[in-house]
Amino acid sequence: MSKVIDWFNARFPAREMVREHMTEYYAPKNFNILYYAGSLLLLMMVLQVLSGFFLMAHYVPTSQDAYNSVQGIMYDTKWGWLVRYMHVDGVSLIFILLYLHMGRGLLYGSYRNPRELLWVIGYLIYVLMMGEAFFGYILPFGNLSYWAGQVITSIIHAVPIIGPGLTTLARGGPGVGTATLERFLALHTVLWFLILAACIGLHILALHKVGSNNPDGIEIKDRKGADGTPLDGIPFHPYYTVKDIFGVGVFLTLFAAIIFYAPTMHGVFLERTTFFRANPMVSLPDVTPPWYLAPYYAMLRAVPNKYEGIVLMALAVVLPFFMPWLDRCKVRSSRYRPVYRFMILLMAVTFFTLAYVGEQPPLPKYFLIERLGAAIYIGFYLLLPIISRFEPTRPVPERVRS
Amino acid sequence: MRKTLPRAALGPLFALATAAHAAVMKPPVAPPSVPFTKATVIAGAQFFADHCSACHAVSNLRYKRMGADLGLTKAMIKKSFMKPGGANYLKGMRPAMTQAQAKKWFGLPAPNLSHMARALGPRFLYTYLTSFYWDPKRPSGWNNHVFPNVAMPYILAPWGGIYTKNGKLLVPGRESPAVFDRHVADVVAFLRYASDPSVFERRAIGRYVIGAFVLLSILAYILKKDYWREVWGNRARRPKSSPMAASPAKTAAETVKDC
Repeated sequence: MSKVIDWFNARFPAREMVREHMTEYYAPKNFNILYYAGSLLLLMMVLQVLSGFFLMAHYVPTSQDAYNSVQGIMYDTKWGWLVRYMHVDGVSLIFILLYLHMGRGLLYGSYRNPRELLWVIGYLIYVLMMGEAFFGYILPFGNLSYWAGQVITSIIHAVPIIGPGLTTLARGGPGVGTATLERFLALHTVLWFLILAACIGLHILALHKVGSNNPDGIEIKDRKGADGTPLDGIPFHPYYTVKDIFGVGVFLTLFAAIIFYAPTMHGVFLERTTFFRANPMVSLPDVTPPWYLAPYYAMLRAVPNKYEGIVLMALAVVLPFFMPWLDRCKVRSSRYRPVYRFMILLMAVTFFTLAYVGEQPPLPKYFLIERLGAAIYIGFYLLLPIISRFEPTRPVPERVRS
Repeated sequence: MRKTLPRAALGPLFALATAAHAAVMKPPVAPPSVPFTKATVIAGAQFFADHCSACHAVSNLRYKRMGADLGLTKAMIKKSFMKPGGANYLKGMRPAMTQAQAKKWFGLPAPNLSHMARALGPRFLYTYLTSFYWDPKRPSGWNNHVFPNVAMPYILAPWGGIYTKNGKLLVPGRESPAVFDRHVADVVAFLRYASDPSVFERRAIGRYVIGAFVLLSILAYILKKDYWREVWGNRARRPKSSPMAASPAKTAAETVKDC
């Protein structure tokens, strides 16, 4: 057996790769519960590919048959409901995990030097994931899909000069129809997905180049033992692989509970209006995006002018890219930065309040919350360079606390 | 009149969208607490097959599928549920009334109820079915509190009785309000099943799937604890760094010092 392995390793760097990324990749030993999100996201991506494959095998991308083909999966295909609920609920869980993962990065300063590129790639994955979710959202061609497709593609219309042409290109025609479904399916399953998967690969490679941050925000590689390994680090395999298997077990328990007992999550994970067939003649009382995109929609609505609203929304999406350069504090982790910690918590509350408001009908009583939320969101990034320069910090320990 | 005409022409979905909107506006009456079980679904399906399927299709739900889910034999399905002419055991539930007849008699086709419970919610359906009132101004003589100017006549009146807009009982029904409410809730239970036919299958196997994952979690936790004893005792294994792993670590540490 070992001869076969040697033969293989002489021709392919399998042993080196396992060493570099698993058995000799040293991770800090003080990871907390938030650090499960990364490996769970990887698991979810694999599950999405698997369930997506079976969905695609039964899906018909035409405006006539798309809705019925999806209902065929739900009603007539053996285990079809399981595959579709996995895929649909999986999206919401991916975004929950993404928010935990990004919130973790913000809390512990994981975007700071030398991890700027890691943050930028990671945030790019999030933005790509929003697109991937949007394309997938249109495919079942319920009435919400149709109108969401119309509304979102009409945002491109706001681009100066080339906007109208771009909108037609995105839709494959003047309106959302078969051509739109065909190109969205191609994007969702091939081009966009491949870019997304490549970015995930780059994200992991970048992580393993700079090493993982930790809740204390101190560099474990600064303190090495006589053998040259970090004193506060432990090999990813076996310690974090066994820990992540436990995380996978708990996560899959929750996932199964959702799929088997609350697959639509009371209209949050799978909206009620997706159960009407797409109908260009029947506009919905209000077209709201899924919960994970709702904060941006709330900010779009906060401004009464379409163009200014789109600029605000684009700004809200783009600003976090610059996080590594906006934060000027010497200390990384919010554990030792009380002011920054308060700002992050305020930001989290604002973000999810905006998500809630974005799901509500556009009533005047929400305008103030939308505007206040948008102001806090944008204000966070604009004020951070100033506040982080002068904010008080607590002494940072030499070694990680465990 | 000008406003109602195009609405009728736009078909049932517009009306349903209005209904969904109305549901937002008016807090729905809570249905009586009936367990959502196979028994209530079968009772509701029976009532549906006897009365509702005169006009309404449930095109996505095949008779065969329904029999398999609810534990009914082919003979039972054929005898009790396949009432409309042309009903095929292997195909979806079809109505007795044709679309052309519906257009002629009511102005628009009766909606397909396959996904209605998912789209509008069982609470709304229940409220809708118990909110009809006598309105002589309407062509059918019926109107609804939560679905104004509805095209459907109140076929449940013989059981539930006829009320005025203000809630005054004009003609008592065959059934007492409590029994009638139960029957409506049964029909809603059937529609809920029809919009989500995997529900019984899911509930039957869900506990085993969750149980398996809980077991996996427990075993993984024991395994993790065993390995991590080495970490907490400062005895973590430290494989000798290969040159490949060491070099990037060094550069990263250097960059940190620079900042």
